[in-house]
Amino acid sequence: MQIYLPIAEMSVNVFLLLGMGGGVGFLSGLFGVGGGFLMTPLLIFIGVPPAVAVGTEANQIVASSVSGVLAHWRRNNVDFKMGFVLLLGGFAGSTLGVLLFSFLRELGQIDLVISLSYVVFLGIIGGVMLYEGMRTMRRRKSASAPRRKLHQHTWIHGLPLKMRFRRSKLYISALMPLTIGFLVGVLSAIMGVGGGFIMVPAMIYLLGMPTSVVIGTSLFQIIFVTANVTFLQAYANQTVDVVLALLLLTGAVIGAQFGARAGARLQGEELRVLLALMVLAVCAKLFYDLLITPGDVFSLGVGQ
Amino acid sequence: MTRNAARFMIAAAVTLTLSASTRADSLVADLSQHLVGITTGFSGADVLLFGAVEGQGDVVVITRGPDRPVVMHRKSRILGVWVNTASMTFDRAPSFYSIASSRPLEELAPATMLARHEMGIEHLRLDLARAKASPNVAAEWRDGLIRNLQRLGLYGNSVRNVTFLGNRLFRTRITLPGNVPTGIYQVQVFLIQDGRVVSGQTTPLSVSKVGGEAVVFDFAHNQPPLYGLIAIALALMAGWLAHLAFRKA
Repeated sequence: MQIYLPIAEMSVNVFLLLGMGGGVGFLSGLFGVGGGFLMTPLLIFIGVPPAVAVGTEANQIVASSVSGVLAHWRRNNVDFKMGFVLLLGGFAGSTLGVLLFSFLRELGQIDLVISLSYVVFLGIIGGVMLYEGMRTMRRRKSASAPRRKLHQHTWIHGLPLKMRFRRSKLYISALMPLTIGFLVGVLSAIMGVGGGFIMVPAMIYLLGMPTSVVIGTSLFQIIFVTANVTFLQAYANQTVDVVLALLLLTGAVIGAQFGARAGARLQGEELRVLLALMVLAVCAKLFYDLLITPGDVFSLGVGQ
Repeated sequence: MTRNAARFMIAAAVTLTLSASTRADSLVADLSQHLVGITTGFSGADVLLFGAVEGQGDVVVITRGPDRPVVMHRKSRILGVWVNTASMTFDRAPSFYSIASSRPLEELAPATMLARHEMGIEHLRLDLARAKASPNVAAEWRDGLIRNLQRLGLYGNSVRNVTFLGNRLFRTRITLPGNVPTGIYQVQVFLIQDGRVVSGQTTPLSVSKVGGEAVVFDFAHNQPPLYGLIAIALALMAGWLAHLAFRKA
């Protein structure tokens, strides 16, 4: 059954979209990630214009983050103060990101920048996760984990504008979360992702937040950043396809249920290694596409 | 008094044109529909063109979408990665082009005549805005444009058939793909005798979004801030509903 997407201006099979939503939803439920970094390349792959893929995916992530954050809120796993500081940075970053997106689209370089951003960030995150996961799996077999200090003091703790974040048990400069929020916001707008896969490691390793509040807080601020991206993309570029977003969402909601159940049966480290392999696979595919000689060196620009 | 005179003159003019056209026209043609509506279930459409000719001759049917400026990019390799390094703008190119004829084009008329009426993709007038492109470079860009639009199914890959039923009646099918651009199309029908166009007729065909598709598209383009807010509101609601469903499960 075909459906015509009013903004993407193309006819697509409904079941393909529901299936993509379901598949990515399953993986996001399984690994506890947003799935934007998989969905946006998939949408581009089936022929949705990159601009529409990015704008629409931001819209879909708003919905999946809301349902995620409500669950974490009930378990008191959201540091609202930290989330608020992050989203201040995120608002500024994503606004700049959308402007940058429009500018690069005019130049005809947006596809390249999207692909390169994916290759670089997926490569780094996937590599680090794989390394960490393998190390933990090996260590679990040999001996018990060494004790870690609550957090180490570095130059970061010398920065001004210190704030107390009770829920995260932190007393750090507000400049750190502001900067992280800003950078992730820029990437979120350009890559069409929530940015959880960058935000979560940054919160753990750079800010030193306790793991229990990381995901809830990240989801909380993602709602606002992706809502901002949705609004600005709709306003400046008219590239948010509500019909496409609702179809993907329906599949994703159902898929995530099954994914979460399947995830409960797997070990944390195994999950992390599997996720790392998947991230690296997407990265490799995108990198390969940049390197091979294209079928046609000529391509159509904006407006077609 | 003056009004009556004006009416009389208009009526006379209409009668004159009508009789003149019936005498000159050795060709009449019409479409099975003049409006192709893009609805939610749209996945392409077939429009039937039928008509009659007087006397011997061949028929060529060209369907053109509205002209638009088109930006093209060319990639080249930088540090092993393929990057768009050059770009050119065609001031006007038809957004859709397909052609059908009752015999192969090259048998019908000399190339100069085909070129004059832009019959066949190789005769489309696609001029580059920048005159500095040398002829062979311009030809490369032009071929690139045609290849890209052919891949999208917007430029016909081959000359389709116009079938004659007996000596006078003919018909052909115009196929519009699911990604067809919207706008007013021109369907041009030519009657060719001895390598010359002896008669021609142009019929408009409107392709437009209708119903829910049109509402969403127009809303997104006319009220972009409101559209953005509604998109966010929908997502918030969907997320909340999903949460309720999760909790029960």
